[in-house]
Amino acid sequence: MTGARRLLILGGIALALWGMGYGLWYAVFVEHQALNGIGSSLAAAFEASASRNPAAAEVAFNNYKQAKYAYDRQVDVHGHWIGLAMLLIVVGIAFDRVRLAEGSKLILASALVAGAVIFPLGVLLQTFDHGLVPRAIAILGSALVITVLTGITLDLVASQTSAD
Amino acid sequence: MAFSQSSIGAKTNDMHESSFAPLSARRLLVLGGIGLILVGMLVGDIFAVFILHQNAARVGVSLASAAHAALAGDRPLVQASFQDVGSFLENRGTKVDTHVHMIDFGYLALMLAILQPWIAFGESTKRRLAWLFLVGAALLPVGVFLIHYIGLAYSPLQAIGWASIFADLGGLFVLIATLGLLLGLGKHFRSQVSAPVQDALLLNRSAPGRVLLVGGIAMVLAGFLHGAYYAGVDLYRHEALDASILTDMAKGAAANDVGMVDRSLEAYGQLQGDKAVKIAAHAHIIEFGLLAMLLAFFQPYVSLRETWKFRWAYVLIFGSVLLPVCVLMELRFGLVAGGLADFGGLLVIVALLAMWIGILRYTGQLDAHVGDAR
Repeated sequence: MTGARRLLILGGIALALWGMGYGLWYAVFVEHQALNGIGSSLAAAFEASASRNPAAAEVAFNNYKQAKYAYDRQVDVHGHWIGLAMLLIVVGIAFDRVRLAEGSKLILASALVAGAVIFPLGVLLQTFDHGLVPRAIAILGSALVITVLTGITLDLVASQTSAD
Repeated sequence: MAFSQSSIGAKTNDMHESSFAPLSARRLLVLGGIGLILVGMLVGDIFAVFILHQNAARVGVSLASAAHAALAGDRPLVQASFQDVGSFLENRGTKVDTHVHMIDFGYLALMLAILQPWIAFGESTKRRLAWLFLVGAALLPVGVFLIHYIGLAYSPLQAIGWASIFADLGGLFVLIATLGLLLGLGKHFRSQVSAPVQDALLLNRSAPGRVLLVGGIAMVLAGFLHGAYYAGVDLYRHEALDASILTDMAKGAAANDVGMVDRSLEAYGQLQGDKAVKIAAHAHIIEFGLLAMLLAFFQPYVSLRETWKFRWAYVLIFGSVLLPVCVLMELRFGLVAGGLADFGGLLVIVALLAMWIGILRYTGQLDAHVGDAR
Protein backbone atom coordinates (compact mmCIF):
# COMPACT_ATOMS: atom_id res chain seq x y z
CA MET A 1 0.00 0.00 0.00
CA THR A 2 1.48 3.36 -1.02
CA GLY A 3 2.05 6.21 1.44
CA ALA A 4 -0.75 8.39 0.02
CA ARG A 5 -3.24 5.52 0.11
CA ARG A 6 -2.22 4.57 3.64
CA LEU A 7 -2.53 8.20 4.76
CA LEU A 8 -6.07 8.45 3.39
CA ILE A 9 -7.27 5.11 4.78
CA LEU A 10 -5.65 5.39 8.21
CA GLY A 11 -6.46 9.13 8.40
CA GLY A 12 -10.08 8.31 7.51
CA ILE A 13 -10.31 5.58 10.15
CA ALA A 14 -8.79 7.85 12.81
CA LEU A 15 -11.15 10.68 11.87
CA ALA A 16 -14.16 8.33 11.93
CA LEU A 17 -13.22 7.11 15.41
CA TRP A 18 -12.69 10.71 16.52
CA GLY A 19 -16.08 11.74 15.05
CA MET A 20 -17.85 8.79 16.68
CA GLY A 21 -16.15 9.48 20.02
CA TYR A 22 -17.17 13.13 19.79
CA GLY A 23 -20.76 12.07 18.93
CA LEU A 24 -20.89 9.63 21.85
CA TRP A 25 -19.57 12.25 24.27
CA TYR A 26 -22.02 14.82 22.89
CA ALA A 27 -25.02 12.44 23.05
CA VAL A 28 -24.28 11.36 26.63
CA PHE A 29 -23.22 14.64 28.22
CA VAL A 30 -24.50 17.57 26.16
CA GLU A 31 -27.31 16.80 23.71
CA HIS A 32 -30.19 16.27 26.14
CA GLN A 33 -29.33 19.45 28.02
CA ALA A 34 -29.02 21.36 24.73
CA LEU A 35 -32.38 20.12 23.47
CA ASN A 36 -33.99 20.93 26.81
CA GLY A 37 -32.47 24.41 26.60
CA ILE A 38 -33.86 24.99 23.11
CA GLY A 39 -37.33 23.67 23.96
CA SER A 40 -37.64 25.36 27.32
CA SER A 41 -36.40 28.78 26.10
CA LEU A 42 -38.86 28.70 23.18
CA ALA A 43 -41.73 27.68 25.47
CA ALA A 44 -40.68 30.36 27.98
CA ALA A 45 -40.72 33.00 25.24
CA PHE A 46 -44.29 32.15 24.27
CA GLU A 47 -45.39 31.90 27.90
CA ALA A 48 -43.90 35.36 28.50
CA SER A 49 -45.86 36.62 25.49
CA ALA A 50 -49.01 35.04 26.91
CA SER A 51 -48.30 36.93 30.14
CA ARG A 52 -47.80 40.14 28.08
CA ASN A 53 -44.17 40.37 29.23
CA PRO A 54 -42.14 41.40 26.13
CA ALA A 55 -38.85 41.89 28.03
CA ALA A 56 -38.89 38.31 29.37
CA ALA A 57 -39.88 37.06 25.91
CA GLU A 58 -36.90 38.82 24.34
CA VAL A 59 -34.48 37.32 26.87
CA ALA A 60 -35.96 33.85 26.27
CA PHE A 61 -35.67 34.27 22.47
CA ASN A 62 -32.04 35.28 22.79
CA ASN A 63 -31.41 32.14 24.84
CA TYR A 64 -33.20 30.09 22.19
CA LYS A 65 -31.11 31.67 19.42
CA GLN A 66 -27.82 30.96 21.22
CA ALA A 67 -28.77 27.39 22.15
CA LYS A 68 -29.96 26.58 18.62
CA TYR A 69 -26.86 28.14 17.03
CA ALA A 70 -24.58 25.93 19.14
CA TYR A 71 -26.71 22.78 18.80
CA ASP A 72 -26.92 22.99 14.99
CA ARG A 73 -23.15 23.37 14.69
CA GLN A 74 -22.29 20.62 17.16
CA VAL A 75 -24.53 18.13 15.34
CA ASP A 76 -23.10 19.28 11.98
CA VAL A 77 -19.55 18.79 13.23
CA HIS A 78 -20.28 15.18 14.27
CA GLY A 79 -21.96 14.39 10.94
CA HIS A 80 -19.31 16.10 8.82
CA TRP A 81 -16.33 14.51 10.57
CA ILE A 82 -17.77 11.02 10.08
CA GLY A 83 -18.98 11.74 6.53
CA LEU A 84 -15.60 13.14 5.50
CA ALA A 85 -13.86 10.20 7.18
CA MET A 86 -15.90 7.78 5.05
CA LEU A 87 -14.96 9.79 1.97
CA LEU A 88 -11.25 9.63 2.91
CA ILE A 89 -11.44 5.84 3.25
CA VAL A 90 -13.32 5.33 -0.04
CA VAL A 91 -11.05 7.73 -1.94
CA GLY A 92 -8.06 5.98 -0.34
CA ILE A 93 -9.24 2.59 -1.58
CA ALA A 94 -9.70 4.00 -5.09
CA PHE A 95 -6.52 6.09 -5.02
CA ASP A 96 -4.41 3.63 -7.03
CA ARG A 97 -6.64 4.51 -10.02
CA VAL A 98 -5.48 8.14 -9.92
CA ARG A 99 -2.72 8.49 -12.53
CA LEU A 100 -0.47 11.09 -10.88
CA ALA A 101 3.10 10.83 -9.62
CA GLU A 102 3.37 9.43 -6.09
CA GLY A 103 4.67 12.78 -4.76
CA SER A 104 1.65 14.66 -6.14
CA LYS A 105 -0.69 12.01 -4.78
CA LEU A 106 0.86 12.40 -1.32
CA ILE A 107 0.32 16.18 -1.48
CA LEU A 108 -3.31 15.69 -2.58
CA ALA A 109 -3.90 13.12 0.18
CA SER A 110 -2.36 15.38 2.83
CA ALA A 111 -4.49 18.34 1.69
CA LEU A 112 -7.65 16.20 1.71
CA VAL A 113 -6.98 14.87 5.21
CA ALA A 114 -6.15 18.40 6.45
CA GLY A 115 -9.35 19.80 4.91
CA ALA A 116 -11.45 16.99 6.40
CA VAL A 117 -10.08 17.74 9.87
CA ILE A 118 -10.15 21.54 9.89
CA PHE A 119 -13.47 22.20 8.11
CA PRO A 120 -15.61 20.76 10.96
CA LEU A 121 -13.11 22.12 13.50
CA GLY A 122 -13.77 25.64 12.17
CA VAL A 123 -17.52 25.02 12.50
CA LEU A 124 -17.03 23.79 16.08
CA LEU A 125 -14.93 26.85 16.96
CA GLN A 126 -17.86 29.05 15.90
CA THR A 127 -19.70 27.87 19.02
CA PHE A 128 -16.99 29.52 21.15
CA ASP A 129 -16.23 32.55 19.00
CA HIS A 130 -18.65 34.20 16.57
CA GLY A 131 -15.84 36.15 14.89
CA LEU A 132 -14.20 35.78 11.50
CA VAL A 133 -11.33 33.40 12.43
CA PRO A 134 -13.44 30.24 12.95
CA ARG A 135 -15.35 31.01 9.76
CA ALA A 136 -12.10 31.45 7.85
CA ILE A 137 -10.85 28.09 9.18
CA ALA A 138 -14.06 26.38 8.07
CA ILE A 139 -13.89 28.01 4.63
CA LEU A 140 -10.24 27.02 4.22
CA GLY A 141 -11.03 23.42 5.17
CA SER A 142 -13.97 23.15 2.78
CA ALA A 143 -11.97 24.83 -0.01
CA LEU A 144 -9.17 22.27 0.45
CA VAL A 145 -11.63 19.36 0.31
CA ILE A 146 -13.44 20.73 -2.77
CA THR A 147 -10.22 21.57 -4.65
CA VAL A 148 -8.62 18.17 -4.06
CA LEU A 149 -11.83 16.33 -4.87
CA THR A 150 -12.17 18.32 -8.11
CA GLY A 151 -8.64 17.30 -9.10
CA ILE A 152 -9.28 13.63 -8.34
CA THR A 153 -12.62 13.67 -10.17
CA LEU A 154 -11.07 15.24 -13.29
CA ASP A 155 -8.26 12.68 -13.26
CA LEU A 156 -10.71 9.77 -12.89
CA VAL A 157 -12.92 11.16 -15.67
CA ALA A 158 -9.85 11.46 -17.93
CA SER A 159 -8.77 7.90 -17.16
CA GLN A 160 -12.34 6.67 -17.75
CA THR A 161 -12.40 8.44 -21.13
CA SER A 162 -9.04 7.01 -22.19
CA ALA A 163 -10.09 3.51 -21.04
CA ASP A 164 -13.26 3.76 -23.18
CA MET B 1 -1.42 -15.68 -25.19
CA ALA B 2 -4.90 -17.09 -24.92
CA PHE B 3 -3.55 -19.65 -22.48
CA SER B 4 -1.88 -17.01 -20.32
CA GLN B 5 -5.06 -14.85 -20.27
CA SER B 6 -7.18 -17.81 -19.23
CA SER B 7 -4.71 -18.76 -16.52
CA ILE B 8 -4.75 -15.17 -15.23
CA GLY B 9 -8.54 -15.27 -15.28
CA ALA B 10 -8.54 -18.57 -13.41
CA LYS B 11 -6.10 -17.19 -10.86
CA THR B 12 -8.28 -14.09 -10.35
CA ASN B 13 -11.35 -16.31 -9.94
CA ASP B 14 -9.49 -18.38 -7.35
CA MET B 15 -8.59 -15.18 -5.47
CA HIS B 16 -12.25 -14.06 -5.59
CA GLU B 17 -13.37 -17.48 -4.33
CA SER B 18 -10.90 -17.58 -1.47
CA SER B 19 -11.84 -14.07 -0.29
CA PHE B 20 -15.59 -14.67 -0.64
CA ALA B 21 -15.93 -18.15 0.85
CA PRO B 22 -19.23 -19.29 2.41
CA LEU B 23 -19.89 -17.45 5.70
CA SER B 24 -16.60 -15.58 5.37
CA ALA B 25 -16.43 -12.18 7.08
CA ARG B 26 -16.31 -10.40 3.71
CA ARG B 27 -19.39 -12.21 2.41
CA LEU B 28 -21.32 -11.52 5.63
CA LEU B 29 -20.38 -7.84 5.57
CA VAL B 30 -21.15 -7.35 1.86
CA LEU B 31 -24.55 -9.07 1.93
CA GLY B 32 -25.43 -7.68 5.36
CA GLY B 33 -24.19 -4.20 4.48
CA ILE B 34 -26.17 -3.92 1.26
CA GLY B 35 -29.16 -5.46 3.08
CA LEU B 36 -28.92 -2.78 5.78
CA ILE B 37 -28.72 -0.02 3.15
CA LEU B 38 -31.74 -1.48 1.32
CA VAL B 39 -33.88 -1.70 4.46
CA GLY B 40 -32.71 1.76 5.57
CA MET B 41 -33.67 3.24 2.19
CA LEU B 42 -37.05 1.50 2.23
CA VAL B 43 -37.70 2.88 5.73
CA GLY B 44 -36.65 6.32 4.42
CA ASP B 45 -38.96 6.11 1.40
CA ILE B 46 -41.92 4.92 3.51
CA PHE B 47 -41.12 7.66 6.05
CA ALA B 48 -40.98 10.32 3.30
CA VAL B 49 -44.28 9.24 1.71
CA PHE B 50 -46.43 8.43 4.75
CA ILE B 51 -44.98 10.25 7.77
CA LEU B 52 -42.68 13.19 6.99
CA HIS B 53 -45.18 15.66 5.55
CA GLN B 54 -48.00 14.69 7.91
CA ASN B 55 -45.65 15.06 10.86
CA ALA B 56 -44.42 18.46 9.65
CA ALA B 57 -48.06 19.58 9.35
CA ARG B 58 -48.77 18.46 12.93
CA VAL B 59 -45.72 20.36 14.20
CA GLY B 60 -46.99 23.43 12.33
CA VAL B 61 -50.49 23.06 13.81
CA SER B 62 -49.08 22.71 17.34
CA LEU B 63 -46.84 25.76 16.88
CA ALA B 64 -49.84 27.73 15.58
CA SER B 65 -51.81 26.55 18.58
CA ALA B 66 -49.02 27.76 20.90
CA ALA B 67 -48.94 31.15 19.17
CA HIS B 68 -52.72 31.57 19.34
CA ALA B 69 -52.70 30.44 22.98
CA ALA B 70 -50.13 33.15 23.68
CA LEU B 71 -52.41 35.59 21.82
CA ALA B 72 -55.29 34.59 24.11
CA GLY B 73 -53.04 34.81 27.20
CA ASP B 74 -53.56 31.07 27.85
CA ARG B 75 -50.27 29.86 29.41
CA PRO B 76 -51.34 26.23 30.12
CA LEU B 77 -52.32 25.80 26.45
CA VAL B 78 -48.92 27.24 25.40
CA GLN B 79 -47.21 24.58 27.51
CA ALA B 80 -49.46 21.80 26.22
CA SER B 81 -48.84 22.86 22.60
CA PHE B 82 -45.07 22.82 23.08
CA GLN B 83 -45.31 19.37 24.65
CA ASP B 84 -47.09 18.25 21.47
CA VAL B 85 -44.36 19.86 19.34
CA GLY B 86 -41.75 17.97 21.38
CA SER B 87 -43.58 14.68 20.94
CA PHE B 88 -43.96 15.14 17.16
CA LEU B 89 -40.30 16.13 16.83
CA GLU B 90 -39.24 13.06 18.84
CA ASN B 91 -41.36 10.85 16.56
CA ARG B 92 -39.75 12.44 13.50
CA GLY B 93 -36.24 12.39 14.98
CA THR B 94 -36.29 8.69 15.88
CA LYS B 95 -37.49 7.74 12.39
CA VAL B 96 -34.83 9.86 10.69
CA ASP B 97 -32.21 8.33 13.02
CA THR B 98 -33.40 4.79 12.17
CA HIS B 99 -33.08 5.57 8.43
CA VAL B 100 -29.69 7.27 8.74
CA HIS B 101 -28.07 4.75 11.12
CA MET B 102 -29.12 1.71 9.07
CA ILE B 103 -27.67 3.22 5.91
CA ASP B 104 -24.48 4.47 7.55
CA PHE B 105 -23.87 1.10 9.22
CA GLY B 106 -24.38 -0.47 5.80
CA TYR B 107 -21.70 1.83 4.35
CA LEU B 108 -19.37 0.99 7.22
CA ALA B 109 -19.98 -2.74 6.66
CA LEU B 110 -19.05 -2.38 2.98
CA MET B 111 -15.86 -0.49 3.86
CA LEU B 112 -14.90 -3.12 6.43
CA ALA B 113 -15.63 -5.80 3.82
CA ILE B 114 -13.15 -4.14 1.43
CA LEU B 115 -10.49 -3.98 4.17
CA GLN B 116 -10.83 -7.68 5.14
CA PRO B 117 -7.63 -8.92 3.39
CA TRP B 118 -5.60 -6.38 5.41
CA ILE B 119 -7.07 -7.48 8.76
CA ALA B 120 -4.47 -9.75 10.30
CA PHE B 121 -6.76 -12.12 12.24
CA GLY B 122 -7.86 -15.67 11.56
CA GLU B 123 -11.06 -16.14 9.54
CA SER B 124 -13.06 -17.38 12.55
CA THR B 125 -12.22 -14.23 14.58
CA LYS B 126 -13.08 -12.02 11.62
CA ARG B 127 -16.36 -13.93 11.15
CA ARG B 128 -17.33 -13.48 14.82
CA LEU B 129 -16.58 -9.76 14.64
CA ALA B 130 -18.62 -9.48 11.43
CA TRP B 131 -21.61 -11.18 13.10
CA LEU B 132 -21.26 -8.91 16.15
CA PHE B 133 -21.19 -5.89 13.84
CA LEU B 134 -24.30 -6.98 11.95
CA VAL B 135 -26.27 -7.84 15.11
CA GLY B 136 -25.42 -4.43 16.58
CA ALA B 137 -26.13 -2.64 13.31
CA ALA B 138 -29.63 -4.16 13.26
CA LEU B 139 -30.30 -3.74 16.99
CA LEU B 140 -29.49 -0.02 17.21
CA PRO B 141 -31.93 1.24 14.54
CA VAL B 142 -34.71 -1.11 15.69
CA GLY B 143 -34.21 0.16 19.26
CA VAL B 144 -34.20 3.79 18.10
CA PHE B 145 -37.38 3.21 16.07
CA LEU B 146 -39.15 1.80 19.15
CA ILE B 147 -38.13 4.66 21.51
CA HIS B 148 -41.21 6.72 20.56
CA TYR B 149 -43.60 3.80 21.11
CA ILE B 150 -42.13 2.15 24.22
CA GLY B 151 -41.05 5.27 26.09
CA LEU B 152 -40.23 4.52 29.73
CA ALA B 153 -42.55 1.49 30.11
CA TYR B 154 -41.15 -1.09 32.61
CA SER B 155 -37.82 0.71 32.54
CA PRO B 156 -35.55 0.35 35.58
CA LEU B 157 -34.14 3.84 34.87
CA GLN B 158 -35.79 7.23 35.27
CA ALA B 159 -34.81 8.86 31.99
CA ILE B 160 -33.87 6.00 29.63
CA GLY B 161 -36.34 3.35 28.41
CA TRP B 162 -35.74 -0.26 27.29
CA ALA B 163 -35.69 0.73 23.63
CA SER B 164 -32.87 3.22 24.30
CA ILE B 165 -30.99 0.62 26.35
CA PHE B 166 -31.11 -1.91 23.50
CA ALA B 167 -30.22 0.79 20.97
CA ASP B 168 -27.15 1.71 23.04
CA LEU B 169 -26.26 -1.99 23.36
CA GLY B 170 -26.42 -2.26 19.55
CA GLY B 171 -24.15 0.78 19.26
CA LEU B 172 -21.71 -0.84 21.69
CA PHE B 173 -21.66 -4.07 19.63
CA VAL B 174 -20.89 -2.07 16.47
CA LEU B 175 -18.17 -0.12 18.27
CA ILE B 176 -16.53 -3.28 19.68
CA ALA B 177 -16.67 -5.08 16.32
CA THR B 178 -15.29 -2.06 14.44
CA LEU B 179 -12.50 -1.54 16.97
CA GLY B 180 -11.70 -5.26 16.84
CA LEU B 181 -11.41 -5.21 13.05
CA LEU B 182 -9.33 -2.05 13.20
CA LEU B 183 -6.99 -3.72 15.70
CA GLY B 184 -6.49 -6.43 13.09
CA LEU B 185 -5.72 -3.74 10.53
CA GLY B 186 -3.24 -2.13 12.90
CA LYS B 187 -1.64 -5.54 13.49
CA HIS B 188 -1.16 -5.89 9.73
CA PHE B 189 0.51 -2.49 9.40
CA ARG B 190 2.73 -3.09 12.45
CA SER B 191 3.89 -6.45 11.16
CA GLN B 192 7.22 -6.05 9.34
CA VAL B 193 7.19 -9.54 7.84
CA SER B 194 3.72 -9.51 6.29
CA ALA B 195 3.67 -10.08 2.56
CA PRO B 196 1.98 -7.44 0.35
CA VAL B 197 -1.74 -8.15 0.16
CA GLN B 198 -3.10 -9.04 -3.28
CA ASP B 199 -6.85 -8.51 -3.44
CA ALA B 200 -8.44 -9.42 -6.78
CA LEU B 201 -11.48 -7.35 -5.90
CA LEU B 202 -9.50 -4.10 -5.97
CA LEU B 203 -7.43 -5.09 -9.00
CA ASN B 204 -10.58 -5.35 -11.08
CA ARG B 205 -11.23 -2.39 -13.43
CA SER B 206 -14.56 -3.42 -14.96
CA ALA B 207 -16.41 -0.81 -17.04
CA PRO B 208 -19.59 -0.74 -14.85
CA GLY B 209 -17.34 -0.29 -11.81
CA ARG B 210 -15.61 2.68 -13.47
CA VAL B 211 -18.98 4.26 -14.32
CA LEU B 212 -20.09 3.94 -10.68
CA LEU B 213 -16.78 5.28 -9.35
CA VAL B 214 -16.68 8.34 -11.60
CA GLY B 215 -20.43 8.99 -11.22
CA GLY B 216 -20.14 8.60 -7.46
CA ILE B 217 -17.22 10.97 -6.96
CA ALA B 218 -18.88 13.54 -9.26
CA MET B 219 -22.04 13.35 -7.11
CA VAL B 220 -20.01 13.82 -3.91
CA LEU B 221 -18.31 16.85 -5.46
CA ALA B 222 -21.68 18.29 -6.56
CA GLY B 223 -22.95 17.81 -3.00
CA PHE B 224 -19.92 19.61 -1.56
CA LEU B 225 -20.34 22.53 -3.97
CA HIS B 226 -24.03 22.75 -3.10
CA GLY B 227 -23.13 22.61 0.61
CA ALA B 228 -20.60 25.42 0.19
CA TYR B 229 -23.20 27.50 -1.67
CA TYR B 230 -25.77 26.81 1.08
CA ALA B 231 -23.30 27.77 3.84
CA GLY B 232 -22.30 30.96 2.01
CA VAL B 233 -25.73 32.17 0.88
CA ASP B 234 -28.46 30.59 3.03
CA LEU B 235 -27.15 29.33 6.39
CA TYR B 236 -26.73 32.63 8.26
CA ARG B 237 -29.79 34.16 6.59
CA HIS B 238 -31.87 31.16 7.66
CA GLU B 239 -30.58 31.36 11.23
CA ALA B 240 -31.34 35.07 11.46
CA LEU B 241 -34.79 34.54 9.95
CA ASP B 242 -35.59 31.64 12.31
CA ALA B 243 -35.03 33.84 15.37
CA SER B 244 -36.62 36.99 13.92
CA ILE B 245 -39.80 35.22 12.74
CA LEU B 246 -40.32 33.57 16.12
CA THR B 247 -39.71 36.93 17.84
CA ASP B 248 -42.29 38.57 15.56
CA MET B 249 -44.71 35.76 16.34
CA ALA B 250 -44.33 36.29 20.07
CA LYS B 251 -44.47 40.09 19.69
CA GLY B 252 -47.66 39.74 17.65
CA ALA B 253 -49.12 37.52 20.36
CA ALA B 254 -48.13 40.00 23.09
CA ALA B 255 -49.65 42.87 21.09
CA ASN B 256 -52.83 40.85 20.39
CA ASP B 257 -52.13 41.16 16.64
CA VAL B 258 -53.71 38.09 15.01
CA GLY B 259 -52.55 39.10 11.51
CA MET B 260 -48.91 39.38 12.58
CA VAL B 261 -49.05 35.98 14.32
CA ASP B 262 -50.57 34.30 11.26
CA ARG B 263 -48.09 35.94 8.86
CA SER B 264 -45.21 34.84 11.10
CA LEU B 265 -46.56 31.30 11.25
CA GLU B 266 -46.74 31.15 7.46
CA ALA B 267 -43.23 32.58 7.10
CA TYR B 268 -41.90 30.11 9.67
CA GLY B 269 -43.41 27.16 7.80
CA GLN B 270 -41.86 28.39 4.53
CA LEU B 271 -38.48 28.83 6.19
CA GLN B 272 -38.49 25.34 7.72
CA GLY B 273 -39.45 23.89 4.34
CA ASP B 274 -36.67 25.81 2.56
CA LYS B 275 -34.09 24.65 5.12
CA ALA B 276 -35.27 21.04 5.06
CA VAL B 277 -35.15 20.60 1.27
CA LYS B 278 -31.71 22.22 0.91
CA ILE B 279 -30.15 20.14 3.70
CA ALA B 280 -31.84 16.95 2.45
CA ALA B 281 -30.61 17.52 -1.13
CA HIS B 282 -27.04 18.17 0.11
CA ALA B 283 -26.99 15.07 2.35
CA HIS B 284 -28.63 12.73 -0.15
CA ILE B 285 -26.44 13.47 -3.16
CA ILE B 286 -23.28 12.95 -1.08
CA GLU B 287 -24.59 9.72 0.48
CA PHE B 288 -25.66 8.36 -2.92
CA GLY B 289 -22.27 9.35 -4.35
CA LEU B 290 -20.48 7.41 -1.60
CA LEU B 291 -22.79 4.44 -2.19
CA ALA B 292 -22.02 4.43 -5.92
CA MET B 293 -18.27 4.57 -5.17
CA LEU B 294 -18.52 1.69 -2.70
CA LEU B 295 -20.60 -0.43 -5.08
CA ALA B 296 -17.98 0.16 -7.80
CA PHE B 297 -15.54 -2.03 -5.88
CA PHE B 298 -18.02 -4.93 -5.58
CA GLN B 299 -18.97 -5.15 -9.27
CA PRO B 300 -16.81 -8.30 -9.79
CA TYR B 301 -19.14 -10.08 -7.34
CA VAL B 302 -22.31 -9.04 -9.22
CA SER B 303 -23.14 -12.10 -11.27
CA LEU B 304 -25.21 -10.49 -14.03
CA ARG B 305 -24.59 -9.99 -17.74
CA GLU B 306 -22.31 -7.03 -18.50
CA THR B 307 -25.14 -5.11 -20.21
CA TRP B 308 -27.35 -5.52 -17.14
CA LYS B 309 -24.53 -4.45 -14.83
CA PHE B 310 -24.25 -1.27 -16.95
CA ARG B 311 -28.02 -0.72 -16.86
CA TRP B 312 -28.24 -1.03 -13.08
CA ALA B 313 -25.21 1.24 -12.65
CA TYR B 314 -26.89 3.93 -14.79
CA VAL B 315 -30.27 3.43 -13.06
CA LEU B 316 -28.57 3.89 -9.66
CA ILE B 317 -26.81 7.07 -10.81
CA PHE B 318 -29.96 8.45 -12.47
CA GLY B 319 -32.07 7.82 -9.35
CA SER B 320 -29.32 9.26 -7.15
CA VAL B 321 -29.36 12.54 -9.10
CA LEU B 322 -33.14 12.65 -9.60
CA LEU B 323 -33.96 12.43 -5.88
CA PRO B 324 -31.93 15.42 -4.60
CA VAL B 325 -32.72 17.59 -7.66
CA CYS B 326 -36.45 17.00 -7.22
CA VAL B 327 -36.22 17.47 -3.44
CA LEU B 328 -34.72 20.92 -4.16
CA MET B 329 -37.68 21.72 -6.45
CA GLU B 330 -40.33 20.55 -3.95
CA LEU B 331 -41.07 24.05 -2.64
CA ARG B 332 -41.69 25.37 -6.15
CA PHE B 333 -43.45 22.40 -7.74
CA GLY B 334 -44.99 20.73 -4.69
CA LEU B 335 -46.25 17.18 -4.88
CA VAL B 336 -45.10 16.58 -8.49
CA ALA B 337 -41.48 17.17 -7.50
CA GLY B 338 -42.02 15.22 -4.27
CA GLY B 339 -43.40 12.26 -6.22
CA LEU B 340 -40.48 12.35 -8.66
CA ALA B 341 -38.04 12.48 -5.73
CA ASP B 342 -39.67 9.38 -4.22
CA PHE B 343 -39.45 7.72 -7.65
CA GLY B 344 -35.73 8.56 -7.73
CA GLY B 345 -35.33 6.90 -4.33
CA LEU B 346 -37.22 3.86 -5.63
CA LEU B 347 -34.88 3.61 -8.64
CA VAL B 348 -31.87 3.56 -6.31
CA ILE B 349 -33.53 0.84 -4.20
CA VAL B 350 -34.37 -1.28 -7.26
CA ALA B 351 -30.84 -0.95 -8.70
CA LEU B 352 -29.31 -1.81 -5.34
CA LEU B 353 -31.63 -4.80 -4.97
CA ALA B 354 -30.63 -6.00 -8.45
CA MET B 355 -26.92 -5.78 -7.53
CA TRP B 356 -27.59 -7.58 -4.23
CA ILE B 357 -29.39 -10.38 -6.11
CA GLY B 358 -26.42 -10.50 -8.52
CA ILE B 359 -24.07 -10.96 -5.57
CA LEU B 360 -26.35 -13.67 -4.13
CA ARG B 361 -26.23 -15.46 -7.50
CA TYR B 362 -22.45 -15.25 -7.37
CA THR B 363 -22.36 -16.80 -3.88
CA GLY B 364 -24.61 -19.60 -5.16
CA GLN B 365 -22.24 -20.28 -8.07
CA LEU B 366 -19.22 -20.26 -5.73
CA ASP B 367 -20.88 -22.61 -3.25
CA ALA B 368 -21.97 -24.99 -6.03
CA HIS B 369 -18.40 -24.95 -7.37
CA VAL B 370 -17.03 -25.77 -3.88
CA GLY B 371 -19.66 -28.54 -3.53
CA ASP B 372 -18.66 -30.04 -6.92
CA ALA B 373 -14.99 -29.96 -5.95
CA ARG B 374 -15.82 -31.97 -2.81
